[in-house]
Amino acid sequence: MKKVGILRFPGTNCDRDIWKSVELKNQKPSWLWYQDHFNPKDFDAFVLPGGFSYGDYLRSGALAALSPAMESLREANQKGFPIFGICNGFQILCEAGLLPGVLMRNKEGRFIDQWVDLKLRNQSLWSPVKINQVFRMPMAHADGRFYIQDQDYKKIQDNGQIWLTYENNPNGSVGDIAGIMNEKRNVVGMMPHPDRALFDWMGSDDGLEFFDWNLS
Amino acid sequence: MKFALKILPKTEVLDTQGRAVQKTLMSHGFKLTDCHVGKYLVLEIEEKSREKAREQAIAMAEKGLYNPLIETYQLEEI
Repeated sequence: MKKVGILRFPGTNCDRDIWKSVELKNQKPSWLWYQDHFNPKDFDAFVLPGGFSYGDYLRSGALAALSPAMESLREANQKGFPIFGICNGFQILCEAGLLPGVLMRNKEGRFIDQWVDLKLRNQSLWSPVKINQVFRMPMAHADGRFYIQDQDYKKIQDNGQIWLTYENNPNGSVGDIAGIMNEKRNVVGMMPHPDRALFDWMGSDDGLEFFDWNLS
Repeated sequence: MKFALKILPKTEVLDTQGRAVQKTLMSHGFKLTDCHVGKYLVLEIEEKSREKAREQAIAMAEKGLYNPLIETYQLEEI
């Protein structure tokens, strides 16, 4: 049974959803507090859930990126552990420099809460695996417009670091990007919420596959 | 020592706040061709030497007070 560390910051609010998602896949979830360091070796993978860490003060994810637990997460990244950030978790990973780019205010300046279709473009160390497969799940954010400079966009494109794209690009993200990964493919981040699409009664169970961590 | 950090979005980056403020002002008859919204941080630094305080302020900015991908900053002593 894989042990999954779930990072909690002040203002994280999707932590229970991630706990349930991890349990549904018969993995063992465990809380990690932002003010504490941890030993990466005690875990198999890490998730940064959605929410509004530090009330989005300064920039979304910027203050959370400077917390002690993130120092341990950097160490985990250096050792190649899988790290998954969703929504605010994605923003934190970008602000911490563990993923390229940054998430800015949506193009129309509004909070957007709607169902979106996502296409898998490249394979990460994480599930899912079928290229061009389309997933339906909710998005709910104000700061989800992925931005990266032209030359770096070309670089992540050439490296196959674009993980997921929107079919309808609701927030104005560069290259329709909804999710990306780092060069080593062990760190992934996405704005929409697979943790809110786990059962048919939720509207879709497409998100379940994102918690299939058959890691060696 | 007291320093202020003036942070502004880069001109090539879409500034949604600036755009909204500009549109609202224009709807009231004001004429303007551009508008940007940034941040102003006041840092009271526990340091007597001006140079060392300045170095500290720069270190704080680089630590994450601004994001070099999308913002620029200016430092001023106040």
